[in-house]
Amino acid sequence: MSAASSGLLRKKRARDTRFEHSNATREAPWVKRLVLSLALLFFGVFLLLPLILVFAEALRKGLEAYWAAIADPDALAAIRLTLITAAIALPLNLLFGVTAAWCIAKFEFRGKQLLTTLIDLPFSVSPVIAGLVFVLVFSTQHGWFAPFFQYWGTIASACRDGAPLAVAYPEWLACSVAPVLGDTKIIFAVPGIVLATVFVTFPFVARELIPLMQAQGREEEEAAIVLGARGWQTFWRVTLPNIKWGLLYGVILCNARAMGEFGAVSVVSGHIRGMTNTMPLQVEILYNEYNFAASFAVASLLALLALVTLAVKSWVEWKAEQSLDLNNDAQETSP
Amino acid sequence: MARRHKSVLPGFSLTLGYTLLYLSLIVLIPLAAVFLKSAELSPAEFWKVVSAPRVVASYKVSFGLSLAAAAINSVFGLLLAWSLVRYSFPGKKLVDALVDLPFALPTAVAGIALTALYASNGWLGKLLETPGPFIGSLLAALWLRLGGTEQAAESLSGACVEALAGWGVKVAYTPLGILVALIFIGLPFVVRTVQPILEDLDMELEEAAASLGAQRWQTFYRVLLPILLPALLTGFALAFARAVGEYGSVIFIAGNTPLVSEITPLIIITKLEQYDYVGATAVAAVMLLLSFVLLLLINVLQAWSGQRIRRGRG
Amino acid sequence: MRALSFPLYLSLLAFLALPVRAELSLLNVSYDVSRELYKDINPAFAAEWQARKQARIEINQSHGGSSKQALSVAAGLEADVVTMNQSPDIDILVERGALVAADWKRRFPHGSAPYTTVSVFLVRKGNPKGIKDWADLARPGISVIVPNPKTSGNGRYTYLAAWGQALQKNGNNAAEAQKFVAALFKNVPVLDGGGRGATTTFTQRDIGDVLVTFENEAALIADELGDERFEVVYPALTIEAAAPVAIVDKVVDKRGTREAATAYLNFLFSPAGQQIIARHHFRPRDPAVLRQYAAHFPAVRTFTVESALGGWAAVQKTHFADGGIYDQIVEHP
Repeated sequence: MSAASSGLLRKKRARDTRFEHSNATREAPWVKRLVLSLALLFFGVFLLLPLILVFAEALRKGLEAYWAAIADPDALAAIRLTLITAAIALPLNLLFGVTAAWCIAKFEFRGKQLLTTLIDLPFSVSPVIAGLVFVLVFSTQHGWFAPFFQYWGTIASACRDGAPLAVAYPEWLACSVAPVLGDTKIIFAVPGIVLATVFVTFPFVARELIPLMQAQGREEEEAAIVLGARGWQTFWRVTLPNIKWGLLYGVILCNARAMGEFGAVSVVSGHIRGMTNTMPLQVEILYNEYNFAASFAVASLLALLALVTLAVKSWVEWKAEQSLDLNNDAQETSP
Repeated sequence: MARRHKSVLPGFSLTLGYTLLYLSLIVLIPLAAVFLKSAELSPAEFWKVVSAPRVVASYKVSFGLSLAAAAINSVFGLLLAWSLVRYSFPGKKLVDALVDLPFALPTAVAGIALTALYASNGWLGKLLETPGPFIGSLLAALWLRLGGTEQAAESLSGACVEALAGWGVKVAYTPLGILVALIFIGLPFVVRTVQPILEDLDMELEEAAASLGAQRWQTFYRVLLPILLPALLTGFALAFARAVGEYGSVIFIAGNTPLVSEITPLIIITKLEQYDYVGATAVAAVMLLLSFVLLLLINVLQAWSGQRIRRGRG
Repeated sequence: MRALSFPLYLSLLAFLALPVRAELSLLNVSYDVSRELYKDINPAFAAEWQARKQARIEINQSHGGSSKQALSVAAGLEADVVTMNQSPDIDILVERGALVAADWKRRFPHGSAPYTTVSVFLVRKGNPKGIKDWADLARPGISVIVPNPKTSGNGRYTYLAAWGQALQKNGNNAAEAQKFVAALFKNVPVLDGGGRGATTTFTQRDIGDVLVTFENEAALIADELGDERFEVVYPALTIEAAAPVAIVDKVVDKRGTREAATAYLNFLFSPAGQQIIARHHFRPRDPAVLRQYAAHFPAVRTFTVESALGGWAAVQKTHFADGGIYDQIVEHP
């Protein structure tokens, strides 16, 4: 479908979807009603009701209590940590997702199914195991790098107490790096939380793009290359416009899951109030303190995320439409 | 691994290299820790840990219910994606946005919310456990609407309550509750993998089918479904994979009765909390292997169905 | 636009990552239901430290299931002090990497446990099922809410309380005790992961006729969720649970915080600390404080794991290890 025709179509579907204009792509009214009511019933029972419950509980003690719960310093710290985590995890997995999808969808090679399955694997790894894995690797006591941490930790405290050092290199050098290296924390600190989040959201973008790019085939890109476009150009001008919705879904899902992850982060967080608690952990803490309203208030912020992404999506859609219109106008005016 | 297909497209080695590197660093090497740790057991000990009756029962609960949840999600997820792409209805944008809710909502919150809904004193739990009064009053209201007498309506609702007594379904704190939680957390996977494909579909295909005289359902079954199948299978695989490992939401609603509603991740946690790292990683390793094999099967199936389409097209 | 967004993104990251705190601080890694207590203890101690040392001190708190918290410390969570609800969770830190000195129980008074609590029953108002003592919990048709003994210290104490009193009733006959505990656990419809989860099941979902939990937890439920729906029943004989505390030697030596950590734990045993403890419905060790709050703490006959069950190591091995008595009970109901 050419860009121009899709732009025209988009204008037409102010109300109806493009499929509702043609007899060929329309169902009988009763079929439509049946499908729609089944889908909406399912949606209502499994998604809407839990959401309503979250907000009902959050607002049970009134708006004032709701704001107080969110403005609490510990809650704010949790919100900040959650934002940091997502801001680091998202670009990493986005880059990976596009790369992996390009390589899997555009080329044929042996072991492709194996690779795809390995990319899926983090989904099936219980969040509990995902957290445990990083503890096993990065524990300062029994992990793979434990000797490293212990060595620098000992030197750091010796430097602090002015005890003699038994090192083969200058003491000032040892004492200047030791406090940093000896105090490096991976698990029970922000890096561990980020790692666990990257792990659980690992496949999202890739998994969203692979079927889409496979369905699209590679004819368009091949044509562009044959016509002399460079690799990057082909990607930016041909591939990216084709996959932008899939990419957007992937990013939205990845972001939502990154902010909402509980199990894996819970294992590596250490649960230090105001320091290593993310929003989901803060929710659990408040709930366990019988502070139900505050707990659901923080949870409702995460639920609102879905609505924020809705706004973002509409904005992107609107932007895309605008640029298309501009293009079309330019094409129409140029002779 | 790479026997390169002749392609004019650039970037194969670069993208494959980066993919493998990142995959190894983030996923494979850390996961190797699980197998290394569990290898501290002798094969006999390993087998004893992973084949204990309670552990085996938990595999059945986890894998069985995850498959069921993924199947249910495939059907309803497709319906939902179809409705979102093809139909216009009030509140559509909101529905579209809320599909991602299960990701954003921390699993613990989901578990608490679902338990509150489906417990005997919850909005839905009340209805499902004692459907008599609800259906009775519904019938009575209908009867009155149709011009029946109040007395008859009352006896109708009374009879309904009596007839349906004992027909209720307990959801929370039973395996059914686990199923509900697993459906909740897996739903976005199916919707969000099918939706882009549906959005991308050329109308010309269906128009061609219709002009060749195909019935609507034939077009769906013969033309659309095969195109959707790879994405649907992907959605199924992801929903399943996610459900198998789920812990946070399930423990709240499961009841956690040994042999009945204990999931495998709970077994792992239980072992961990008793400082049994080795036992925990042994069960984790079995879980990883099982889900890897199942995922591989689904992916091979998916690739095969994808190839069939391309061949059909070409 | 694209050229602008990257620096924007970086500065957002920088802003988010900026605030760092640098002063004397302690990390107290504790179990689940002590959070309200330490919310009051910490400012009181900080004020006392300020008055004595003219210096600020900050206490950071981490709460979670007792065993899970111990595991985190064993894996490298840098706790200066640990305050748990059962000794095995500190003993593990002695075994694993020698984080805590082996003689930790002798470092502070009363076996390094500043307070105790007892397992009690919480029943619905008016006690409609007439639950008076342990025997009633094993009656057919009674529904008992207990957290999972495998994942919760609270559940473990409940199990051991039931076992210990059955032993005493049946002249130390272990087979009879096992029969009784099996009958009791047959009445448990939901095994929640932790003590707080069990409370929610009982109070919010209206499941069960009786919740077995700690005295302080039962009092807190009355405070937080309303007196009028529940009442507390004291069984004739129950278990006394001591909450042990310890300094994590390896960490305080590394961080140079031994003095502050010692002062912090000593504060728990001081009259001021004991007052706060008693206000949170934990049984204080200080006899004067205990007398002052006698109305809150009815006299009840108790036993401890050490006095009646041969100590934690033995209990762990016979009851909770894989294939132990607890497993036998739940796997062959």
